[in-house]
Amino acid sequence: MVPTSTPLHLAVALDGAGWHPAAWREPDAQPQQLLTARYWTGLAQQAERGLLDFLTIEDGLNLQSDDHFAPDSRTDRVKGRLDAVLIAARTAPATRHIGFVPTAITAYTEPFHLSKAIATLDYVSAGRAGVRVQVGVRSDTAAHFGRRETPPLRADDIGDPGRQQLITDYFDEAADYVEVLRRLWDSWEDDAEIRDVPTGRFIDRDKLHYIDFEGRWFSVKGPSITPRPPQGQPVVAALGHAAVPYRLIARSADIGFVTPRDTAHAAEIVAQIRAEQATTGRAEQTLHVFGDLVIYLDESESAAVARRQRLDERAGTEYHSDARSFAGTAAGLADLLQEWQTAGLTGFRLRPAALPHDLTYLTEKLVPELQRRGLFRRGYEADTLRGLLGLGRPANRYAAA
Amino acid sequence: MKKQIHLAAHFPGVNNTTVWSDPAAGSHIEFDSFRRFAETAERGKFDFLFLAEGLRLREQNGLIYDLDVVGRPDTFTILAALAAVTEHLGLTGTINSTFNEPYEVARQFASLDHLSGGRAAWNVVTSWDAFTGENFRRGGFLAQGDRYERARTFMATANELWDSWHGDEILADKETGQFLRTPEPGAFQHKDEFFDIAGQFNVPRSPQGRPVIFQAGDSDEGRDFAAASADAIFSRHSTLKEGQAFYTDVKGRLPKFGRDRNELLILPAATFVLGDTDAEAAEIAREVRRLQVSPQTALRFIEQLWNTELPDFDVDGPLPAFDPVVSDTLISKGRASARMFAKDPVALANDWRARAEAGNLSAREVVIEVTGRQSFIGSAETIATTLNELVQADAADGYILVPHITPAGLVPFVDQVVPLLQERGVYRTDYTGSTLRDNLGLAPLGRPGEATATRVAS
Repeated sequence: MVPTSTPLHLAVALDGAGWHPAAWREPDAQPQQLLTARYWTGLAQQAERGLLDFLTIEDGLNLQSDDHFAPDSRTDRVKGRLDAVLIAARTAPATRHIGFVPTAITAYTEPFHLSKAIATLDYVSAGRAGVRVQVGVRSDTAAHFGRRETPPLRADDIGDPGRQQLITDYFDEAADYVEVLRRLWDSWEDDAEIRDVPTGRFIDRDKLHYIDFEGRWFSVKGPSITPRPPQGQPVVAALGHAAVPYRLIARSADIGFVTPRDTAHAAEIVAQIRAEQATTGRAEQTLHVFGDLVIYLDESESAAVARRQRLDERAGTEYHSDARSFAGTAAGLADLLQEWQTAGLTGFRLRPAALPHDLTYLTEKLVPELQRRGLFRRGYEADTLRGLLGLGRPANRYAAA
Repeated sequence: MKKQIHLAAHFPGVNNTTVWSDPAAGSHIEFDSFRRFAETAERGKFDFLFLAEGLRLREQNGLIYDLDVVGRPDTFTILAALAAVTEHLGLTGTINSTFNEPYEVARQFASLDHLSGGRAAWNVVTSWDAFTGENFRRGGFLAQGDRYERARTFMATANELWDSWHGDEILADKETGQFLRTPEPGAFQHKDEFFDIAGQFNVPRSPQGRPVIFQAGDSDEGRDFAAASADAIFSRHSTLKEGQAFYTDVKGRLPKFGRDRNELLILPAATFVLGDTDAEAAEIAREVRRLQVSPQTALRFIEQLWNTELPDFDVDGPLPAFDPVVSDTLISKGRASARMFAKDPVALANDWRARAEAGNLSAREVVIEVTGRQSFIGSAETIATTLNELVQADAADGYILVPHITPAGLVPFVDQVVPLLQERGVYRTDYTGSTLRDNLGLAPLGRPGEATATRVAS
């Protein structure tokens, strides 16, 4: 395939001191600052200097652990985190252009609360909000809420048919969840507030709508208590590694984050998602598919590889993420992104192995390199996240045509 | 030293306090309104900003209520954003304990407290109604009698979660590679009638240890709940006599919970109208009342008390001659005042009629008189004097001011009344503490397991 000159989209995935478990021990790491507003504001402003489309913030309703499905007792890892939506809200007023896509967990939280939280994030950021939905299937998380039983999952029995059904159910529930978020965002028409003094009416209640959602897992009446947010529909994202989550992405999301091993794999994933997208009748809608990569960036490839090795040694184990790692120069990474772009990926979500180092390289080295190649914006061209992503402002599903 | 006054600002909620028809009235949803409101409060050295919450749009006669401001932001999200544009102002949010879970609320408040550098506060409210429950996946399951019990155990559980981290767990020693001192921080286990949860809380101890706790209930149960566990009460008793009675009652309940009278602040909500002279203020106040109670609003209030639709009713004529419809089913939903009306509607209707007769008042004029008269009316001098007298006479420890214009309604109070209070030595000229607890004069919380810090008087 021939490299394209179509501009690509770039996002950074923020989590603690970076994605590598030993990142907090790096010389420039600030492990005592991870729970401060100043830390997150600094990262967001750095990402904005790099003209990135948006940043994501990881979250979870459990303490971090190396095991994806169970707690551990390690004392050598970053543990403890703040609510991602609130980090986004605290940080957004200190920026002007970059989008904020915090993670929210769908299995235990109320869609009504999350809908108004993201709508409010959209207000406080003047149209730059999104949300990344994550199902959060863990038995220890379930025990924090006590309202539903979740059998323990393990990486090695995830293929078991009973487990697969459970996972399918959780993702179907997530699809219902996103449907409720979206209906609630539309439950007020844009011009519902009228302030009509002669009749004494603040709103035209005919422009407010009950959503009357009834699904297998929950029902929600509506309308939202929060008026329709500036973007109409904030951006919805989801991460997927397999057919079930790809279906959620195709049905419900504006952006899917995927983890290809190589270009061919990327093409395969994109084809799967596009096929599902057509099946659900969304073929005409813009659905971004972003490739996720863990990045170690330095002036030379050998320096980057050596740094990765040092981090792995300090962690006591080689770090394997669900996403592929890249260790090398900005030019090398630009080559890889350009190659993967040919597989139909429309953007990338880069996970800095260590903060601030890899974010600084991302914004100060990779971005200029991509700009030279004509693959990335030279200035923010839109005021909203939807605008940056070419999504346009959607019509309200409840408004009379 | 004279007793110091506490002041706070209530961003107006969804009732008829706000005169949205005034050309100066701004948005109730755009962030800029919240920012300006908060900046004004901080300029006035207020202790905190206060936000109410309602989780279902109100209805009357089966239709969404459309005469008041409708629409508000998510409490946590807007407070976190306001932390970015203020430095000292406390951030008090109303969060319902019925339609949330302790783990989630505890982590949101702990997060807000971290992100604001120790300025978070929680006004704990309870609810039981199935009407609001229709917006939530777990529905309106709570029996009315259970709501305080659930709120009590919710609070107790949230406290256990906040105390599950002691504040010294994070070592973050880059050399040795030890991030945590202890392998299982945040461990908790709680089991009672309402919550059966266990595991590890995932937010390390926040600057204040936990948010400052507000309570607003007025019933006997609500007062006990506050006396047992709150740091401050958001009350509705802003007059001298009622204020003193409430103050004496609630402070008197503290000893039975082993608490000192300085550990609970009484902060009534209060409205105000400022004028160059007392006479001018009184005139403006009358006009504001007329605007707050439009003919349409007056009709809705009368329908609420009579608990029936009155389609052809003339609010400029007399009140209905017939008695209210007494029923468990109210035509007004999602409104606390309608439930107050329903306690003894026939007696209240008789009272309204008596006032109408005595003052030769129309139906609308009665509503104007009996609902929401402003707490403080007068020149800056008069308001400063009155407010200070009320505080010195133990009718309150301070007031949570609700302006009738958003967001600029607070400006004249800050410009004109605050300097007078400062001159009299009863109000701070600058923030002295770094956390909301400090500014409220509440002793810092010790770390769990440590002896309680020496208590200081406010």
